[in-house]
Amino acid sequence: MTALILEMKDITKTFPGVKALDGVNMKVRRGEIHALVGENGAGKSTLMKVLSGVYPHDTYTGEIIFNGQKCEFRDIKHSEERGIVIIHQELALIPYLSIAENIFLGNERQRRNIINWHETTVEARKLMERVGLDESPDTLVMNIGVGKQQLVEIARALAKKVELLILDEPTAALNEDDSKNLLDLLVELKKQGITSILISHKLNEVLAIADSITVLRDGRTIETMDTHQEQVTEDRIIKGMVGRDMTHRYPERKAHIGDVLFEVRNWNVYHPLHGGRKIIHDVNLHIRRGEIVGIAGLMGAGRTELAMSLFGRSYGRQISGKIIKNGQEIDVPDVSAAIRHGIAYVTEDRKNYGLILIDDIKRNTTLANLAKISRRGITQDYLEVQEAEAFRSKLQIKTPSVHQKTGNLSGGNQQKVVLSKWIFAEPDVLILDEPTRGIDVGAKYEIYTIIQRLANEGKGILVISSELPEILGICDRIYAMCEGRITGEISREEADQEKLMKMMTGTGGGKLGHAG
Amino acid sequence: MDTLAKALKSNIRQYGMIIALVFIMLLFQILSDGILMQPLNITNLILQNSYILVLAIGMVLVIITGHIDLSVGSIAAVIGAIAAILMVRMGVPVWLTLIICLLIGALIGAWQGFWIAYVGIPAFIVTLAGMLLFRGLTMVILEGQSIASLPESFLNISSGFVPDLFDEAGGLHLTTILVGVLLSLLLIWSEWRHRMVQKKYGVETIHIGLFIVKVALLVAVLNAFMFILASYEGIPNLLIILVLLIAAYTFITNRTVIGRHIYATGGNVKAAALSGIKTKRVTFMVFVNMGVLSALAGIIFASRLSAATPKAGNLFELDAIAACFIGGASATGGVGTVIGAIVGGLVMGVMNNGMSLIGISIDWQQAIKGLVLLLAVAFDFYIKNRSN
Ligand SMILES: Nc1ncnc2c1ncn2[C@@H]1O[C@H](COP(=O)(O)OP(=O)(O)OP(=O)(O)O)[C@@H](O)[C@H]1O
Ligand SMILES: [Mg+2]
Repeated sequence: MTALILEMKDITKTFPGVKALDGVNMKVRRGEIHALVGENGAGKSTLMKVLSGVYPHDTYTGEIIFNGQKCEFRDIKHSEERGIVIIHQELALIPYLSIAENIFLGNERQRRNIINWHETTVEARKLMERVGLDESPDTLVMNIGVGKQQLVEIARALAKKVELLILDEPTAALNEDDSKNLLDLLVELKKQGITSILISHKLNEVLAIADSITVLRDGRTIETMDTHQEQVTEDRIIKGMVGRDMTHRYPERKAHIGDVLFEVRNWNVYHPLHGGRKIIHDVNLHIRRGEIVGIAGLMGAGRTELAMSLFGRSYGRQISGKIIKNGQEIDVPDVSAAIRHGIAYVTEDRKNYGLILIDDIKRNTTLANLAKISRRGITQDYLEVQEAEAFRSKLQIKTPSVHQKTGNLSGGNQQKVVLSKWIFAEPDVLILDEPTRGIDVGAKYEIYTIIQRLANEGKGILVISSELPEILGICDRIYAMCEGRITGEISREEADQEKLMKMMTGTGGGKLGHAG
Repeated sequence: MDTLAKALKSNIRQYGMIIALVFIMLLFQILSDGILMQPLNITNLILQNSYILVLAIGMVLVIITGHIDLSVGSIAAVIGAIAAILMVRMGVPVWLTLIICLLIGALIGAWQGFWIAYVGIPAFIVTLAGMLLFRGLTMVILEGQSIASLPESFLNISSGFVPDLFDEAGGLHLTTILVGVLLSLLLIWSEWRHRMVQKKYGVETIHIGLFIVKVALLVAVLNAFMFILASYEGIPNLLIILVLLIAAYTFITNRTVIGRHIYATGGNVKAAALSGIKTKRVTFMVFVNMGVLSALAGIIFASRLSAATPKAGNLFELDAIAACFIGGASATGGVGTVIGAIVGGLVMGVMNNGMSLIGISIDWQQAIKGLVLLLAVAFDFYIKNRSN
């Protein structure tokens, strides 16, 4: 057995109009955790799809040598037989099946096509124990959180006798505890001899557990670093990723804060299905002109629910409370009324709630404000192309043209299209829900710049984020939320991670937010 | 040439079907010893397929929004029956009958749209129920029998032609030729204007020589078609109705905000709703529209048959749905065009007509049509996967 488990040589892969990979080389040693980093659209996911047979061997050029053998995979099944398992950016579990059924999906414990349920349950339990998943094997996957679903995916990989585990941004949608859990598990699996490749935009995670780090930029390998041989810092990785030094993570902020623009009073929301469950309790908050306000909170604190209920009651039932804009109470019974009143909500789930993936960039960009590109109900197609082109260059969306389907864009570029769409709707109040989820450092900086520019135009911005450094980096004032209540309010000058954390977990600190 | 190749490639789904249509026409033209393209047969072809094409226009909108409608044949039948009762038994004038029928169509559409859009019952189930319900009502209304001897002016809807304003010249219908010339001018003008707009917005335009060839080809096809019609009785009334519908619905789907809303709703309901689109209302309106067009199809069919029968409209829904899928619509919603559905309908129509002409039995016709539907969609899948 050689020290190298995998070698990818000179991999080139093109899509119509895009060269996603251009002669990429990558070497992975047996038993290490190998991080793959790079900007959005650098080609990370594509490279891993090549490796795992999602793109069959006749659709790219180059060589894959796994365990000393040259491999030409026809499909995923084929690479799985050899011990390569990929866990995609989007989870691929069946929500209506149980944990045990999902673990053995396509790999059923059976005898002559009859499923052996006893063995299924027993084996599932063993695997669940191995990944630290404390649930009953019969629980339906739809009833557990994303963090646990991620563990089910890993258990599923283990059931397939995995040698090389590929994880594409596994922690993007996880909170800090769940992320830590997952990373610990990878280290544990490493001890058991399983090699993993980890794609992540969270460089602190990468530094914490990776043995080697390969940097991709524009479809090329820039370098591979060994964290045991040299002192690797975040700045060092970022330099490789973006090709220049990035001295600041957050743009300089000169705030010009005006009068109160948007105010919410005594906002209460009940669960849409379980009528008796109150999700949002007596929330009061306000945003001033030109102000960037953050909402910090743990997952499940009710931040998204609050935002969506404000945005034309798109979440919840029996909603009560007042929304006041420019000193006047407004009525926002549905989304189109919200948009008319200048409220925009950028969702945290761009694939399901933000974009029409089968449509192109220009149609997605204009969707929330078709009036702007139409005369008397008739769309002006060329005007639309011009407007969309303007956003493409202003937000630096990496793609050959606005006629590209959004489903073909990399995650970060998709996020920029969603942002374009809502800036195009010309709102006064912009609610951003996890605006930089799954986005690289360079693009994050660009998005922060855009947010600041919008604030400087006199808009009010509300940012929901699970990343405390981000909240602290860009917001002028911060609310903390816990279990559907606002548990504190603090200005940027006073705030730090510790104080926020205390307020978010409801263990005191901070005066209660009173509007007006 | 490069740009042409690119343009062809990006539109291959649509052009692919048009090429297939031309190919099928040529095939049957040869097999039938030239009968297919004879003026009488071409006119017949239009008349025979008109109601399916009307249904296909409505159906493609339903399919784009991600639904299906199995009830259109039964709605057509019940409307035919109501029209016959109104005119023959109750002596209601033809114009009033038409208005009432279209309104009832809208009501039926609203009934089904309500269950689908606002209650959230899958369209497959609601319209399956509608298929049984309206077929049953047809039987009840007609008491199991046909009603014939419909008024002359009602029959004229399907059998009439645009009258000739001039004296016959050598057996040619001059008005038809004139319309052809006028349409050619309109076509040239609009293509030119389109090119100018493209230039103004800095969009790449095709080479001027290529442009001329393209326009000349279109004009030639148009005039050849009008010439064929002119050698028989001229332009059928139904053709006028069809062309108006096709033009209006193409415009609505391609160029209006409402059209956008329909595609967005089918493409991703949740994202559309969060963009301020009233997705339930869109779905509801699409079914109301389907109801109206089903009623129109029912009227045309009764007029062509000169009778209302309990069996009218049997299996129309399947032909209309097949036309949409052959024309490139996607079963998962968000994709499809009116022109595609029309081309799909014509493919089916020409095949029916051609197979009858060369004497293939009805039983075999069914089987062959089934295969063509499957192959067309498989071809579509192949193209789609390759371009990914
Ligand atoms: N099916 C496709 N068709 C066309 N272009 C594609 C397709 N899939 C990916 N691309 C393009 O290939 C490039 C690399 O995409 P990829 O998804 O590998 O990026 P990534 O490094 O994973 O980015 P992210 O961090 O945003 O997920 C991008 O420019 C993307 O637009
Ligand atoms: Mg990716």
